[in-house]
Amino acid sequence: MSFGMKTFYNGTSFKRSDIPVPDNDTFFQGVLDAITAGWRVCSYFGVPTADGATLYCVMSARAGSGILGIAATTVGRTFPSLASLCPQLHLFEREIAEQCLTRPEGHPWFKPVRFQKPLCEGKGFWSETDGGGLTPAVMDFYRVEGDEVHEVAVGPVHAGIIEPGHFRFQCHGEEVFHLEIALGFQHRGIERALIGGPTPRTVHEMETIAGDTTVGHGQAYCMNMESLGGVFASPRAETVRGIALELERLANHTGDLGAIAGDVGYLPTASFCGRIRGDFLNMTALLCGSRFGRGLLRPGGIGYDCDAALVDELHKRLQAAREDLAGAVGLLWDSPSVMARLEDVGIVTAADAREIGLVGPAARACGLNRDVRRDHPFGIFRISQIPVITATTCDVAARTLLRWLEAERSLDFIDEQVQHLPRGTYRNQMKEIAPERCAVALTEGWRGEICHVALTDDRGRFERYKIVDPSFHNWNGLGLALRNQQISDFPLCNKSFNLSYCGYDL
Amino acid sequence: MLKALLTRFRQGHRTMAYPDAPQPLPARFRGLPVIEPARCGDGCRACAAACPYGCISASGSLTLDMGTCLFCADCVAACPHDAISFSATDACLASRTREGLTVTAGEEYHAAVALEGELLRLFGRSLKLREVSAGGCNACEADTNVLSTIGWDLGRFGIQFVASPRHADGMFVTGPVSENMREALLATYAAIPEPKLVIVAGACAINGGPFKDHAEVHNGADGFVPVDLYIPGCPPSPLTILDGLLRLVGRVK
Ligand code: SF4
Repeated sequence: MSFGMKTFYNGTSFKRSDIPVPDNDTFFQGVLDAITAGWRVCSYFGVPTADGATLYCVMSARAGSGILGIAATTVGRTFPSLASLCPQLHLFEREIAEQCLTRPEGHPWFKPVRFQKPLCEGKGFWSETDGGGLTPAVMDFYRVEGDEVHEVAVGPVHAGIIEPGHFRFQCHGEEVFHLEIALGFQHRGIERALIGGPTPRTVHEMETIAGDTTVGHGQAYCMNMESLGGVFASPRAETVRGIALELERLANHTGDLGAIAGDVGYLPTASFCGRIRGDFLNMTALLCGSRFGRGLLRPGGIGYDCDAALVDELHKRLQAAREDLAGAVGLLWDSPSVMARLEDVGIVTAADAREIGLVGPAARACGLNRDVRRDHPFGIFRISQIPVITATTCDVAARTLLRWLEAERSLDFIDEQVQHLPRGTYRNQMKEIAPERCAVALTEGWRGEICHVALTDDRGRFERYKIVDPSFHNWNGLGLALRNQQISDFPLCNKSFNLSYCGYDL
Repeated sequence: MLKALLTRFRQGHRTMAYPDAPQPLPARFRGLPVIEPARCGDGCRACAAACPYGCISASGSLTLDMGTCLFCADCVAACPHDAISFSATDACLASRTREGLTVTAGEEYHAAVALEGELLRLFGRSLKLREVSAGGCNACEADTNVLSTIGWDLGRFGIQFVASPRHADGMFVTGPVSENMREALLATYAAIPEPKLVIVAGACAINGGPFKDHAEVHNGADGFVPVDLYIPGCPPSPLTILDGLLRLVGRVK
C-alpha cells in the first residue's frame, strides 16, 4: 500500500518498531485509500499519550492474499474523523474519543460508546454525573419529528433472560423509521484490567469477554500469547481447539434456529432445538467439564487431553445430534407459513453491509464472502478448510438458512477431525512473553471476526490489549435491518443477528 | 404436518427425571470442592498461592470460598499432593447464606435449606422470577434459560421466569453488578411487590467473578439487595441452579 503499512499474517508478532508511524495526512489518506481498494478495518484504536494518543489501524486485505496490515500515527487532542466517508469507522472513532480523550473532528454521530471512564486521566467529552461517570443511554438520540411520529423506548432490562441494552425506535404507526441502540450497561472494564498484564486472572477474563464465545476469544488470546512467547501449540491441541470452536458454533446456531422458530410461533423446531443446543454444549463439557469450554484453551495448548474412549463418545453423540438437528430444522423449510414470515423481513443490502463492515454470518447472509477461517487461516484451519457459504437474499430467511448450512459444515468438519486426531503432546510449556512487540490474532467466532491486538512494553507487559468482538461491527446492521419494517419484526430480526452485549461492552 | 408429527415421534420424550433420579454429569465436571487435609504436605500453601482470586485460605483449616471460585481447577493443577479436587458427581452447591458457601477441609458441606413459614407457603408451589443480567457474560444467563427448555422443564415445579418485575415474586441476578447496571437493578428490585426474594447466580453476582475488584463493577449484588439464595459456579451448571431453586422451595432436601 502507498503509505507502507507493515504487512503480516494472522497469528504472528513483530517488533513494535516495525510498525510505520507516518504523519497524520499520510496515515488518514492511506486508510481511506486502502478501504477504497477493498481493504477492511479489523481494529482501530488508541493508546493514550501525555497530550493525545497514538492511533493504530489493523486492516485486512481482500480475500485471497491472507495479508493483514498495520500502521499508526500520533495525534493530539483532536484527529480528523473519516466516519462520513467510511461508515465502518464510526464506532471505532467514538471509542477512541471515549477511551483516549481525543476528539474526532467532524464526526457525524459523536456520542459515547459504553459510557465508560477513559483509560487515561482527564475529563471526557460528555456531561458527567456527580460521581464523575456517565449515565448509560443518556444521550441525544436521533429523532424523527412529526404529528404522527412516536418514539418507543425499550430496555435496558428486557422481557426474557437476556443481557441489557437500550433500544430507541422512531415509529410511524407500526412502521419503524429508525432504530438506535445504546449499549454499555455490561461494561466491566476488561481492557483497563488488561493493562500491565498478563496476570493469572487474564485467561479467565478472556474466557468471559462474551461467555457464549469462550472458545473464539480464548483461541485469539492463546494465539497472541504463543506468538509473543515463541511457543507453538501442537497439532493435537490445534485440532481439539478447532473441534471446540465448531461445537461452539453448532450450539449457538442451533439455539438461534430454535429461537427464530419460537419467534414466529413454530413450536416444534423451537423446542427440539432448545434441547439439541444442550447436546452440543454437553459435548464441549465432555472435552473439559464445562459446557462453555472454560479451561479448555490455554496458552501453549489445551487444558485437557482426550483419550480414545472420549473421542468415540464424542463421535457417537455427534451422529445422534446431526440426525436430531436435521429433523428439527428441516421442518422449517417445509412450512410455508414459517418461510413466509422469514422472507423479505429485515433486509440489509450487500452495499450497506459492505459500507458498515459487517462480519460473520450477518455479512455472509448479504452475499459478502468473508470468513477468517479461510481468509486468514489459523490453527487447524491452516490445514483443514471449511467451505464458506453465502446467501443472497439478505433477509431473516437468509440469516436462518445460513446458520443451518454452516452448522452442517461444522458437523462434517468435526466428524473428520475426531477420526484423525493427531498424536503427540497436548500442551507445551509457556514462556515469558517478549517485550516491545505487537501481536495480532483473528479468529472466526460463531458471530464472526474476533480481533485481538497485544502491544507489549519494555518489560514484556501489555501496554494495551485491544479486543474487537464481532458484535462491535454488527450492531449497526440490526439497526439498518429494522428500517421500514414493522416494530413487531424486531424480535425476529434481533434473533437472526443474536449479537453480544457484553462482547461489545467489554 | 405429517412430517412434524413424525419428527416429534423421533425426537421422543426428553425431560429429565431429576429430582426423582440423579442427573448424569460429564466425567470432567467440576462440582463440590473436596479437600483432603490428611494428604497435605507440611506447611504447603501451593493451592492458596495458585488461586488467581484468593478463594483458598490456609490459616487454620484449609477453606475454599465457593462464592468467589470459578471452578477453574488452577489449584488442583498446583497441588503436588492431590489433596484438592472437584467432585464430578455432586452439583448441589447452593447456600442460603454467603458464609455457607465456604467449604472447610474435613467438614461436610450442607447445601441450602428451604424457605420457612409464610414465605414457603406463598412461594413453595408457585415462584415467579424476574431475571436481571447486571454485567453477566451470557453464560449464566444461557444456562438459566436452558431450564425453560423441554429437557429441564422448570415449569413442572411451578417455577417460571416472567417478563415483568410486577409479575414477579423475586429477582434472579447474574453478573457482577456493573456500575452501568446498578440503577436498573435497584429499580427492578423496587418494582417487585413485597414480600420478595433475591437469588444470585454465578461467581460474578456473588462476588464479582472474573471481574472481581474492577473499578467498573461492584463485586456482586450483596450490599445492594438482601440475598436469599446463592448459587455458585462460573457459570453454575443448570443442575446446580435447578437444585438450588428446588431446595429453596422445599422440593429437594
Ligand atoms: S478452582 Fe476456585 S479455588 Fe481453585 S484456583 Fe480456581 S478459582 Fe481458585
